[in-house]
Amino acid sequence: MIGLNEYLILSGILFSIGLVGVLRRKNLLMLFFATEIMLNSANIAFAAIGGHYGDMSGQMFAFFIIAVAASEVAVGLGLLIVLYKKQGTLDLDNLAVMKG
Amino acid sequence: MENLLYIALFAPLVGSLFAALFGMTPKNLITGFVTSGLLFISWLASVLLLIHVISHGTVSANMMEWIGAGDLTIDFGFQVDAITAVMMVVVTTVSTVVHVYSIGYMDHDKGFNRFFSYLSAFVFSMMILVMSDNFAGLFIGWEGVGVCSWLLIGFWYHKADVGTDVNPSISPSWAANEAFIMNRIADLGMLVGIFLIYWNVGSLKYDVFFEAIPSLENGLLVAIGIALFIGAMGKSAQFPLHTWLADAMEGPTPVSALIHAATMVTAGVYLVIRANPLYDAIPNVSLFIAYLGTFVAIFAASMALVNRDLKRIIAYSTLSQLGYMFAAAGLGAYWVALFHLAAHAFFKALLFLGAGNVMHAMHDELDIFKMGGLKKVMGGTYLYMGLASLALAGIFPLAGFFSKDTILEVAINEDTYIIWFVLWVTAGLTAFYSFRQVFLTFSGNERYKEIGAHPHEMPTFVLVAMAPLAILAVIFGLFMEPFNEFVTTILPSYEMSHETHHIAWFFIIITTLIALSGIFYAYKKYASGLIRDKELENSFVYRLLTNQYYIPKFYGKVFAKPYKEISDMLWNKVDMKIVDTTVDAIANFFVVNGDRTRKMQSGNLSHYLNWMGAGAVVLMVFAILASMS
Amino acid sequence: MEQIAFYLFSVLTIGLFLVTVLSSNVLYAMTSLAAGMVIISGFFFLVGADFLGVVQLVVYVGAVMALYSFGMMFFDATRDIKEKNTNNYLVFLLGGMIAVMFVIIFSAPVIGENIQATYFVANATNPQAVGLILFTKYLIPFEVAAIMLLVAMIAGIILAGKKMDDSLTTKDENHEEGATFDLKDVK
Repeated sequence: MIGLNEYLILSGILFSIGLVGVLRRKNLLMLFFATEIMLNSANIAFAAIGGHYGDMSGQMFAFFIIAVAASEVAVGLGLLIVLYKKQGTLDLDNLAVMKG
Repeated sequence: MENLLYIALFAPLVGSLFAALFGMTPKNLITGFVTSGLLFISWLASVLLLIHVISHGTVSANMMEWIGAGDLTIDFGFQVDAITAVMMVVVTTVSTVVHVYSIGYMDHDKGFNRFFSYLSAFVFSMMILVMSDNFAGLFIGWEGVGVCSWLLIGFWYHKADVGTDVNPSISPSWAANEAFIMNRIADLGMLVGIFLIYWNVGSLKYDVFFEAIPSLENGLLVAIGIALFIGAMGKSAQFPLHTWLADAMEGPTPVSALIHAATMVTAGVYLVIRANPLYDAIPNVSLFIAYLGTFVAIFAASMALVNRDLKRIIAYSTLSQLGYMFAAAGLGAYWVALFHLAAHAFFKALLFLGAGNVMHAMHDELDIFKMGGLKKVMGGTYLYMGLASLALAGIFPLAGFFSKDTILEVAINEDTYIIWFVLWVTAGLTAFYSFRQVFLTFSGNERYKEIGAHPHEMPTFVLVAMAPLAILAVIFGLFMEPFNEFVTTILPSYEMSHETHHIAWFFIIITTLIALSGIFYAYKKYASGLIRDKELENSFVYRLLTNQYYIPKFYGKVFAKPYKEISDMLWNKVDMKIVDTTVDAIANFFVVNGDRTRKMQSGNLSHYLNWMGAGAVVLMVFAILASMS
Repeated sequence: MEQIAFYLFSVLTIGLFLVTVLSSNVLYAMTSLAAGMVIISGFFFLVGADFLGVVQLVVYVGAVMALYSFGMMFFDATRDIKEKNTNNYLVFLLGGMIAVMFVIIFSAPVIGENIQATYFVANATNPQAVGLILFTKYLIPFEVAAIMLLVAMIAGIILAGKKMDDSLTTKDENHEEGATFDLKDVK
């Protein structure tokens, strides 16, 4: 019997994998990939908890997270296009305009 | 009556503040007139108070409470009893004359306004000193006169050292510092005394303390007495704290007349007189004071015998007479000491003002070997100085005769023959050196022509201003009996025993004889002119005396130099290296850390995300810890 | 049965996502991301959220990954970005710690076991339940999400579009001289 704990542990592991990716990646596109991983792990957690208690709110939240993620991808990629036209590269280290 | 008290006390302060408004402006005669006028008002109030106290007794007033901290209450309280009334009249008389004199003396000086401000401030401090009814007020006045004396001695602070081996002239700022620092050292003793009084009695008021004296144990009283006397030693320049008085002559002459003849140096004597119940209870300390006073008397007189500086001779004679006063007070004859204080104030101030006339005429030349024959040009000054010197020497019927001879009589009465003998010899020396100075300055060949000076007499109003002092110097002695009756309402009376009364006339005669012989010897040696004796001047005793027994050099080498070296060492090693380094290190720590933290702002997204992650971890740790506890 | 599925899916997911995060080739990363998302929809089916699993497949795998593919084509992403990875250990440590924290935080109420369901729908299949809850209780978030999607779409168009101030219908450059049709030149 798979209890809730396993799902939550899985969600945590996936989240940390995504976080490592976010922290490590220098290519902006790949950074977005890692962000997607994090969002998905949160989805799993919501759905699992909702299913465990029979509560529909978990799935609802997951829906909205999917909606938000989709729009985020759209806008994010648009921004990446603009950045690419300006810089010619997608390197994160080139982006240090606000260097203090 | 209280209003008279406040007027007498605060009129000099008003004058000082008024003159201070003009401190930065060029000379303005109005400051001189206003301050002199206000001092005259103060003198009037003092005289009226004196009359009132003679007929009605003590006047006391409590202005306001000053310190009320737990058990300690000190008020701004004033009382005018017989001693205070006498001191007030003496101080205000001499001060008024000196103020008017200064209008003439300082007329070419750039710091004219500043001078009057300081002078009036000094008088105010002195009035607080004598009018206060507790030791704290006394101490305030004590410090006040110290500060004003420092300001006034160093009045020409921009003058540098002029080192001549004939008449070494020290810079006024150095002399001022020396005076103030020596006073400060003595004030430490006085503070210890005041602390002891407060600790054991619980109050600093005179009457409370005096009533508590019989109940205190003898060792404690001896300690208090010695401590307070150390303070008096500094202020009245007794040995070993005497070197500042001679150097204080670097100040303007009116300052010397007011401070170092009549008022500040007598504050020590006033303290001993005021604390007479204390000193009556510890006869050993009193006897020591008397012996010390006697020693100072002859010590100072010996140094005045050979000095060439006009003002220093008079300074040493002040020192000598202070020794007389302490001898009298130490032997228990307080009213005699007070009487001598008053008489001395008058004729010593007159002497100093006369010296000021001479200096003004000779354009600040002080060496009496370069003067001579001035009586043809400055007749009035010659008269005044001659009168004052006669009073100083103690010739009947001038004031000094009565006071000095009474002191000698007291010495006989107490069977302290050594004191009598030494004071008797000092009387002769006093007469000799006073008239040596008078004759060398005014009689004989006119040596001033060699240095090209053109002396002239002071304006008449100055001579008129000096007249009251001259009159008092002459007639004050006649007031001795009423003075005795008046003052012994507060002070213990001192009667001569019967035998002393019988043989008193004998001692009077031999005292007068030695004084006259001193004058005669001086006349014979100097009246016809100066004949310098190279062999005498190079002899050991002569050189010892001219260098003031080498005591200033000794103090410099033993105390001043090591102290300065310690100060330098502490400054360089401790202050600069340790304290400054620590403070700089703290500031440096912040700067360096700020610099390092600045690198956090790299503009790099990945870097920021790293920090975000780290921050999130920390917060979550705290959250978990918080929810667990 | 469920356990086998769960462990299989979880191993696959973790492996695929590790490839996504650690690989330096964009194509590999993207492919493994898509595959991972497919497996995640399997999870949704496991917990009984059927509708959600289908939505995941359609939206994520279908739309989002398609977007990413277009992006990969557009950027010259075959050029490998040299990644200066200075501090691997720090990153992994941070990630691990955060994972542990999350687990603790999320499992605490579960261990506490005093949670009650809020919106419980009984006796309905999953799509029916979703429809019921979504359009009654969660209506306002639904509408707001719709507006958000609209805004995102417009933003995407504006950011990525070419020059838009030229109108395609009134442009004159396609008209040449003498290109009009005259009825005279029929022969």
